[in-house]
Amino acid sequence: MQIEGSCPRTQRELIELEFIEHRTKILDIAAFLDRFDRSVEHNANDDFRIKAFREALKALNSYEFGRVERIQMLLSDVSSELRAERDGQSAYGAAKESEQ
Amino acid sequence: MINYIDLHAHMVSRTTDDYHAMALTGCVAVTEPAFWAGYDRVAASAFADYFKHLTEFEPQRAAKYGIKHYTWLCLNPKEGEDRGLAREVLAIIPQFLDRPSVLGIGEIGLNRVTRNELATFIDHVELALEHNQLIHIHTPHLEDKYKGTKAIVETLASNSRIDPSRVMVDHVEEHTIRMVLEHGFWAGLTLYPMTKVSPGRAIDMLEIYGTERLCVASACDWGPSQPLAIPNCMFEMRRRGHSNQWIHEVVYNNPCRFLSQSPKFKFAPLEQPALVH
Repeated sequence: MQIEGSCPRTQRELIELEFIEHRTKILDIAAFLDRFDRSVEHNANDDFRIKAFREALKALNSYEFGRVERIQMLLSDVSSELRAERDGQSAYGAAKESEQ
Repeated sequence: MINYIDLHAHMVSRTTDDYHAMALTGCVAVTEPAFWAGYDRVAASAFADYFKHLTEFEPQRAAKYGIKHYTWLCLNPKEGEDRGLAREVLAIIPQFLDRPSVLGIGEIGLNRVTRNELATFIDHVELALEHNQLIHIHTPHLEDKYKGTKAIVETLASNSRIDPSRVMVDHVEEHTIRMVLEHGFWAGLTLYPMTKVSPGRAIDMLEIYGTERLCVASACDWGPSQPLAIPNCMFEMRRRGHSNQWIHEVVYNNPCRFLSQSPKFKFAPLEQPALVH
């Protein structure tokens, strides 16, 4: 595992190549949150997914390497018990609080 | 353009035009793990039909575009909850294992990480060991990935008959890649929009962990996915500043190294990248 110097592009090159793409992504996140605030009915401010999303945004603001892995863990079920039975086919994107 | 192998592609749900586009971009072989149909099948006979499709029709369709089609057989983790059906399907799999394009058992694993899913996974592993087959593993989606990957790795690590170099643990992400590689397994990075990894993140992990025992694949299926995900990723690799040799190791030589552990797989690593046509 190598972190230091493992990306062959310089910081200046990365900005030239990727800044606009990621500027767009961060504006999309901001727009999603504004849309959430403008919603016709405020009935999901405590939804487990939006709560995890807000925690992930805090982690994004860190200056320390390892942001992706930390955000992945914030969005994960970290319990070790197997489910007694299948509750559906699809995952939700964040762990329900009862499962953490 | 560099030749590549897509180690995970559900071609039964793709059009013939996709084979054409893949051939034009340098694809020489695909391997197709057995998959969920979008609904739970109710009888083992439905799987027998599916295995026939995977081992007879699909190789012929691919061959028309110069692509070699291989496959893996199992009852997919999304159907692993039904233990009765799993036992019936496991009983018919051996009659297909000698077919020339079958490389092993897969994609087995966990979906919602239930007790029954784990029991079905273990049954498949035993079948693979009994018949000396390679193993291809699906790890769960989204919030279930960490817990499910951990359960899979711990289950395999506790079985002394498992040779980790004959096991591909697929769909690794930033929080699961280390545990998979540290246990000696092969790891797969899946270039699948939204629910798996982007080309940029896949390349990040290749840069951080090195290229040894790491492969990339599209996992294209009937969902929003890209049969040309590997050539797209190759473009991003070049844009990131990586050499043709580095790319060749990831998209061609590494799949060859893992898959050629099956005597049926007919491609071998090449020192230099072969140019398309």
